[in-house]
Amino acid sequence: MRTQSLEAPRARHVSPWPFILFAIAVAVPLLPYYTHVSHFVLSMFMQATTYAIAVLGMVVVLGYTGQINLAQAAFFGFGAYGVALGTVAHGMSFWLSLAIGIGIAGLAGGILGMTTLRLGGHYLAMITISFQQIFDLVAVNWIGVTRGPDGVAGIARPSLFGYELSDDRAYLLLCSLVLYAMMAAVWYLPRTRLGRAMRGVRENELAAEVVGVHTLRTKIIAFTLSAALGGVGGGLYAGGFAYISPDNFNFQRAVEFLSMVLLGGVQSPFGGALGTTLLILLPEWLKEMPPSLQFIKDVYLAIYGLAVILIMVFMPEGIWGLLRNSWMKFRTAPPVDTSGITPLNLDIAVTETTPLLKLEGLQKYFGGLHAVDGIDLEVARGTVHALIGPNGSGKTTMLNVVNGIYKPTGGHIIIDGNDVTLKSPHERAAHGLGRTFQNIRLFPSMSALENVIVGAQRDNNPIEPGAKALRERAMSALQFVGLADKADTIVRSLPYGHQRLVEIARALAGHPKLLLLDEPAAGLNQTEKMNLVELLKKLRSGHGLTIFLIDHDMGLVEKVSDRITVLNFGKKIAEGTPQEVLRHPDVIAAYLGDGSAAA
Amino acid sequence: MDALANNFQVLFQGLALGSIYALVALGFVLIIRATNVVNFAQGDFAMLGAYMMVAFLVSVGLPYWLSFLLALVGMGVFGLVFNYGVYYPLRHRGFLPVIISTLGASIFLQNTVLAIFGAQPKRLDNVIAGGMQIGAVFLDSQYLVILAVTMVMVAFQFFLFEHTMLGKKLQATSQDKDMARLLGIPVALMIAITFVYSSALGGLAGVLVGPVLFVSIGMGSIIALKAFAATIIGGFGDVKGAIVGGLFIGVIESFAAFYISVPYKDAYAFLMLFLVLVLRPQGFFGERVAEKA
Repeated sequence: MRTQSLEAPRARHVSPWPFILFAIAVAVPLLPYYTHVSHFVLSMFMQATTYAIAVLGMVVVLGYTGQINLAQAAFFGFGAYGVALGTVAHGMSFWLSLAIGIGIAGLAGGILGMTTLRLGGHYLAMITISFQQIFDLVAVNWIGVTRGPDGVAGIARPSLFGYELSDDRAYLLLCSLVLYAMMAAVWYLPRTRLGRAMRGVRENELAAEVVGVHTLRTKIIAFTLSAALGGVGGGLYAGGFAYISPDNFNFQRAVEFLSMVLLGGVQSPFGGALGTTLLILLPEWLKEMPPSLQFIKDVYLAIYGLAVILIMVFMPEGIWGLLRNSWMKFRTAPPVDTSGITPLNLDIAVTETTPLLKLEGLQKYFGGLHAVDGIDLEVARGTVHALIGPNGSGKTTMLNVVNGIYKPTGGHIIIDGNDVTLKSPHERAAHGLGRTFQNIRLFPSMSALENVIVGAQRDNNPIEPGAKALRERAMSALQFVGLADKADTIVRSLPYGHQRLVEIARALAGHPKLLLLDEPAAGLNQTEKMNLVELLKKLRSGHGLTIFLIDHDMGLVEKVSDRITVLNFGKKIAEGTPQEVLRHPDVIAAYLGDGSAAA
Repeated sequence: MDALANNFQVLFQGLALGSIYALVALGFVLIIRATNVVNFAQGDFAMLGAYMMVAFLVSVGLPYWLSFLLALVGMGVFGLVFNYGVYYPLRHRGFLPVIISTLGASIFLQNTVLAIFGAQPKRLDNVIAGGMQIGAVFLDSQYLVILAVTMVMVAFQFFLFEHTMLGKKLQATSQDKDMARLLGIPVALMIAITFVYSSALGGLAGVLVGPVLFVSIGMGSIIALKAFAATIIGGFGDVKGAIVGGLFIGVIESFAAFYISVPYKDAYAFLMLFLVLVLRPQGFFGERVAEKA
C-alpha cells in the first residue's frame, strides 16, 4: 500500500494486500447473515463502525493536517443529538435529522476553526478541550432542549429505498457501507490538491503558505471535514443504540478517539479503523482474563494513558505505520521513468519596461531595531538582482517583507504593477512570486515530486488544469534541476545539496515571474556551488524570469548578477553593476571596516 | 447582606480562586518558556499534590506541616520523573507529540489516583480554622491563606528569576537553548529544574485549594483549563499575564456564577477565552510574533 499521492510513471507492482483487506471488509458485515451472532457482538461491531467514522475525522485533521482536535466527541455528539432530537422530539425523518446533525457538527467545527486556527497548536488543543467541556455542560444542563442527563431514548432506525433497517444486521451493513465509503474518500484525499495542501501545512506551514497554499483556509476545511465526519459517526451511533446521553460525548470519549487514531496510525484511514477496532475489543478481552489478572480492569484507563505516552515514544506511526514500513522493506521501488519529460517552460513575456519589483520607502522595525530603514529599490524585468551586505544588515528581513512573512512598518511593495503590501504570502505566490529559504524548508516526509507539485498547484499558475498537468509540470521542474530520477524519493532522505535543488524546483514549478533566493549557496560544497552557478545562468538565459537573490559568496554574486544592491544597518549604501559596486569605497568599508577607524 | 457586601464577598472569593489559577498558570508558563510546549498534565500536578497531602495527613496521620512539606518534596521528585518519562524522550520531535504525551500522562495520573483512592472525593481541613468577619463580609481563613501564599510565591519567583544566577540560567535556557548550551549552561538540567519547580508549584496550588473545593480526581483538569485560559488571556508565555489572567478569570467567574447562573460556572472562563481570542488574540500583555523564516 503506497501512500504517495502521485507516482512517477512506471510499471505497476500488484500487491495482494488490497484484495485480502477487501475480502475481509466485505465478509465481516455479511457474517451475521450466515451464522448466528449474538446481539452483544452485533452492537460491539456497531460501536466500532460508528466510532471509526469519527476517528477518520481525526485522521484528516491530526494525521494529514497536523492540527490537534480534542473535541471530536462533541462533534460526534452534534450528529447524535441531531438524529435523536430530530426524530424523537421533532418527528422529522431520520435522514433529514442526520443531515442537520452533520451540518451542525461541520458548522461548529468551521466556526471553532475560524476563531482559533490562525493561532496554531497549543491554543487549538486547549480551545478544543474547552469547547468539549462546554458541550458537555450544555448537554447536561440545558434540559429543555437536550433532555439533560437522562438523555434521549426511543430513537428509531430509518428505512432506505423501502428496506426497513430496524434489524441489527441490516443496520450494521448500512454503517459498514458508510464507513467504507468514508474510508475510501479519506484514503483518496492525500492524492488531491486539497490533501497535498493539508500535508504541506503539517510538514511546514510557513513553506506551504509561501508556495501558495491558503494555509488558514486549508486548516479550516480540514477541521470542518473532521467535525462533519464526527457528525456522521454520531448520527449513525444514535440510530444504532436507540438511546443517547451526555456521557457518551464527554472529554473521556474525545480522548478515546485520540487514542484510537494514535494506536492504529494517524496517517491512514486503515490505521484509524484498526485502532478503533482494537480499543473496542480490548475491554472485552480483558474480561476474559484469569481472576489473578482481573485487577487490570480497575486500572484499565490508567494503562490507556500510559499507552498513549508509549505510542508517542516508540511507535509514532501507530500499528499501521509499523506494518506498512515492514512491507515496504521487502519492496524495491522500480526506477522512475524519466523519458518523455517535456523541458521546463519558464518563459515570461517581457513586454513592459516598468520594473517588475518596486519597493518604495520600505521599513521594518522590530521595536527600536530598524532592520529595514526606508529602502527604495527597483528590480528590472528579466534580470538577476543581488542583495548583499554584512551579517545583520537586514537582507533576510527585507526578503521576508517582500515575501509577506513580515508586515512592513511602512512603505509599499509593488510586484508587476500590483501593490501587494497588505497581501498574505499565498496571495503573493498567486501573483507569481516564488521563493527558497536560507534554511531549507521542504515538506520532509513527502516525496520530491509531491513537494514540487505543491509548488505547481498555486493559484493562477499558467498551466493546464488537472492532475496530469500538475504532475507533468513538476516532473519538468525536477528534470530542470537534474533530479527527475529522484522524484519518488522522500526528501528527508535526500542529501542536503539535492534538497536545495528540490526547493528551487518547487519554486520553479509555480512558474514565477519573480524568484527570491535566500542564500542559495549556503552549505553547498564547491562542486555543488559550481552546479548552482550553472543552474542560475540557465535560469537567466532569455526566459524573462527575474531573480532577486541574497548571498554571501561574492564570487557567485559577481558571476550571476546584473545588478547589486548593498545594505548596511537597514539602509542602502550602494547600487550598480557588480564592477561598480564591489569597488565602491563604502561597500569595502562596510565589509572590511573603515581603515581610518582601525587602531 | 446588602448588595455592596455581596459584591465584596464575591470579589474576595474570585480573587482567591483566581490566585489558584494564577499559581497553576505560572507553572504552565515556566514550562512553556523552557520547552515551548504546553504541559496538559499541569492541572493534575495540583490534583496529585492534594492527594499526597491527603495521604500523608489523613491516611498516615502525620502532623500538618510535615505532611505539607512531604507533599511538596514528593511533587518535586514527581516533576523530575515526569521530565524524564514524558518530556525528555520526545524533546526533539516537535510540540504535537509532546502535548499528546502530556495528555496521556494526565489520563494515567487521574486513573492511577482513582484506582488507589477511589472515586469518593476527600476533604482537607483549612490550614487555620475560622476566618475574619468585617461588617457583613466573611473572609474565610483558607482564602486569606491562598492570597497570602500566592503573593509570597510571586515575589519569590520574581527574586529567583531576576536576582539569582540560577534564575538567569533558566531565563537564558528559555530564550535560546543553543546559545545557552554554548555558554556552558546545562540546558537539560535547567529544563529538569523547571519541571521540578512547576510540579511543586502545582502541588502547592492543589494543597491550598483542597479545603475549598473537594479533593477529587477531576479537580486538576478544570483548574488547568482555567489556568490555561489565564495564560492565553494574559498573553501566551508571559509571567505577569498569567497572574493577571488568573485573577481576572477567578473574579469574572465568581460574579457570573453569582449574578447569572451557577451550573454554567465553568463555562464563563471559556467564553472569556473565546472573546479574547477573537478581539485580542495576543492577550493583555502579549506581543504578536511572526515565525522567522
